[in-house]
Amino acid sequence: MSSGIGKSVKRKEDKRFTTGKGRYTDDHRMDNQAYAAFVRSSHAHATVKGIDATAAKGMPGVIDVLDGHQLTGDGIGNIICGWAITSKDGSPMNMGAWSALATEKVRYVGDAVAVVIAETQAQARIAAEAVEVDYEELPVVAHVLDAMKDGAPQIHDNAPGNQIYDWELGDEAATDAGLADAAHVTTLDITNNRLSPNPMEPRSAIATYDDAEEHYTLYTTSQNPHVARLVLSAFYNVAPEHKLRVIAPDVGGGFGAKIYIYPEEITCLWASMKTNRSVKWTSDRSEAFLTDAHGRDHVTHAKMGFDADGKITGFKIDTIANLGAYMSLFSSSVPTYLYAPLMSGQYDIQNIHCNVRTYYTNTVPVDAYRGAGRPEATYLVERMIETAAREMGMDPAELRRRNFVQSFPHQTPVLMQYDAGDFPKILEMAQEAADVAGFEARRKEAASRGKLRGLGYSTFIEACGLAPSKAAGSLGAGVGLWESAEVRVNPVGSIEILTGSHSHGQGHETTFAQIVAERFDIPVENVQIVHGDTDKVQFGMGTYGSRSGPVGMSAVVKAMDKVEAKVRKIAAHTLEASEDDIEIKGGNVSVKGTDKSMAWHEVGLAAYVAHNLPDGMEPGLKETAFFDPVNFSFPSGAFICEVEVDPDTGETKIIKFTSADDFGTIINPMIVEGQVHGGVAQGIGQAMLEQVVYDDDGQLLTGSYMDYTMPRAADMPFFDVQHHETPSPNNPLGVKGCGEAGAIGAPPAVINAITDAIGTNDLAMPATPQAVWRALRSASKPIAAE
Amino acid sequence: MTNVKMKVNGKEVSREVPDETLLSEFLREQLRLTGTHIGCDTSQCGACAVHVNGKVVKACTALAVSLDGADVTTIEGLANGELHPMQVAFNDNHGLQCGFCTPGMIMAGVDMVNRYKAEGRDLTSDAIRHELEGNICRCTGYHNIVKSIEDAAAKM
Ligand code: FES
Ligand code: FES
Repeated sequence: MSSGIGKSVKRKEDKRFTTGKGRYTDDHRMDNQAYAAFVRSSHAHATVKGIDATAAKGMPGVIDVLDGHQLTGDGIGNIICGWAITSKDGSPMNMGAWSALATEKVRYVGDAVAVVIAETQAQARIAAEAVEVDYEELPVVAHVLDAMKDGAPQIHDNAPGNQIYDWELGDEAATDAGLADAAHVTTLDITNNRLSPNPMEPRSAIATYDDAEEHYTLYTTSQNPHVARLVLSAFYNVAPEHKLRVIAPDVGGGFGAKIYIYPEEITCLWASMKTNRSVKWTSDRSEAFLTDAHGRDHVTHAKMGFDADGKITGFKIDTIANLGAYMSLFSSSVPTYLYAPLMSGQYDIQNIHCNVRTYYTNTVPVDAYRGAGRPEATYLVERMIETAAREMGMDPAELRRRNFVQSFPHQTPVLMQYDAGDFPKILEMAQEAADVAGFEARRKEAASRGKLRGLGYSTFIEACGLAPSKAAGSLGAGVGLWESAEVRVNPVGSIEILTGSHSHGQGHETTFAQIVAERFDIPVENVQIVHGDTDKVQFGMGTYGSRSGPVGMSAVVKAMDKVEAKVRKIAAHTLEASEDDIEIKGGNVSVKGTDKSMAWHEVGLAAYVAHNLPDGMEPGLKETAFFDPVNFSFPSGAFICEVEVDPDTGETKIIKFTSADDFGTIINPMIVEGQVHGGVAQGIGQAMLEQVVYDDDGQLLTGSYMDYTMPRAADMPFFDVQHHETPSPNNPLGVKGCGEAGAIGAPPAVINAITDAIGTNDLAMPATPQAVWRALRSASKPIAAE
Repeated sequence: MTNVKMKVNGKEVSREVPDETLLSEFLREQLRLTGTHIGCDTSQCGACAVHVNGKVVKACTALAVSLDGADVTTIEGLANGELHPMQVAFNDNHGLQCGFCTPGMIMAGVDMVNRYKAEGRDLTSDAIRHELEGNICRCTGYHNIVKSIEDAAAKM
């Protein structure tokens, strides 16, 4: 069948997006709709001494002004963090209280203290300016290294020294011994720059309260509507779970920033009840920079030891992570369980120790952004190994090869058991596609023009499809990490798939349909995917961490197994044959080797008219399943970046970017390649352009697209994408997940290429022309082209 | 409040609007043409690109009242019975993921092809990348957007 697994089927969902018929949250308009505008702190740290809304309340169109005391007075709960991390001394993490609207104190610029509800958006925004807040400024700590200093301003009373936890993974004594024995030790200090995820669709929420039914409906830009409903009801008390419907309609990109439940959603729901109006809030971009969770922001000191043959003897990591002013939903898990377990990279390393300390600062909360912890780990591992190769005078590809894991499953010393892969093969594919053999000639040619060429590698592994629930629970996760699906074969034979995964650009309406088309041999057009609505879909955990393939699709497969079993029974009964002889193919359900056959749609009809079913069989043909994976899946890849640097200006051009990936079974190569392109672009963005900057007063200096450099078309090369498939044994399709690979693997490839070009290992992201120019001037090695 | 008359997607429309109304708001809120998207507040992202009197304009930078009598085409008005070759090309080349930047990309793409054709210039992939300076996409890495526009250019 031409639309099944492995085919680049064109996306079914595109027509509505290319014709302007997509329906994103802000495109919806409710009857009786009012607008919310938030009153936000302009101070990074201050005591709120009073709020005077008298003037604002009298302004045109204003319905009400609500503050944090009213919110907490109504029993709305504080924002939670969903993953409890225990410090190495056994103490729980120090979690400071976070109210959706601040009451006593504000802790970052943008922290909301009140909300204005008005007839129009403009009226709400103008009135929000007129709310008078009496602040008493407090000393500010905006940078993580300052937050940990003695005498630093205290951000939360219950977090002495601003520390949230001091956590470790791995065997420190064994690692120290491994380093002590090493023939060579590479030491690096590395910063992973703070980023803003910037999905192009700003966050938005519309809350509607129906007072007759005491029922709430929330349209919101969410990657996981069921989790939103669960958290909103169980922890924030905005409504009981059965009285709250959450709909995440078309969502314009997520990248992690739309996983969390934010103050705005909580406040809109509560305000809709208070005002008995539908309350809509849509962020503008400046507000997004101030309030969408940021990503990354680590400072790390690391050592990697090697024996005389270049085998890694030990890897020791000391990381300081900034979690911002409050702990967001998954923030605690990002620098811990999503980070340290990836420190083995593609390598067989026996001794690893990773210590992580996290701190509060007066900045926007930091949480998962595309890759979440894995990009930070990969950046470290891949810069370490490339730097070590240079220091030891070895070919960086050869040093990697000597350390590659060669057999699977492979147990690392940091929790993970890698499922399947072929690292040497993938590296070789990438080297061939990148024409590494011809690089020295190209370097010479560039030098003759006064330019510096560099080549950088990144061979990385990631852990996708967080699993299994039991293991996650034992490590502190607050939720299970399964996924659910329902397969409905209609009486006319068409199929609806209801999935708890959420699509916000990943093309699920096509890929999920493909796995159904493959199984029942029917056209993708006859399959409809339903997602993103808690009233329609039984339950789900949503889409993040590349879990829709390995976990979400697997749930669909399990439900299809049940449907298929019933189809076989019905057909065997009708055609008077044995179930084992039934074949589903070409739009028919037939008895193998005979001309006895019924059309696919006749089976559906038979199930629903139920005139002639096997005795005791329930009518209908719809089945549900939950899938809880036995383990993560581990996509891997090799990226090679070739750059050319102008030594006079520091300007860097990516000449060629090659990726060779192993995503296990690929459902739709076109869509998978698209995911790689997008991920690599975000990785290149991090490496060369993007950075959130706060000044010492905690004022955000990169608060719009005028100051925060987003990658644009001219910044990006064409990407050369190769695949090699080693199916994962951990799920029925053998898929591994592809959404994050690019963002994980690209930054070290780019920085390794630039540092290779300019002859220094000391270069921080983003490698702007100025940063490269400065690094060039301080580089110890003579500059080839000068 | 001022009365604005425009031709939008071939139809005459007329509305009383506050003077500060942006064209993007006018289209989205008054006319309920929500295909024109708002991605920023500094005229940087291009999600709101539409055609005004045959030229691409960022709808978030123009005041509705200043466009009295204008002829405006939005993404909803681009397909003329059949999909525009640019719309087809974006589907054929996987030029979109979440689709949020897509209306702006398509409107910018159509405009650049028209301009290059009128001037008899060759729309190379480098030129497309340069021309897309005012449009941001966070999903696709641009690779497939550039391919889509190249493909459509050959068919327009
Ligand atoms: S919304 Fe008009 S350019 Fe961004
Ligand atoms: S497709 Fe999502 S922003 Fe371009």
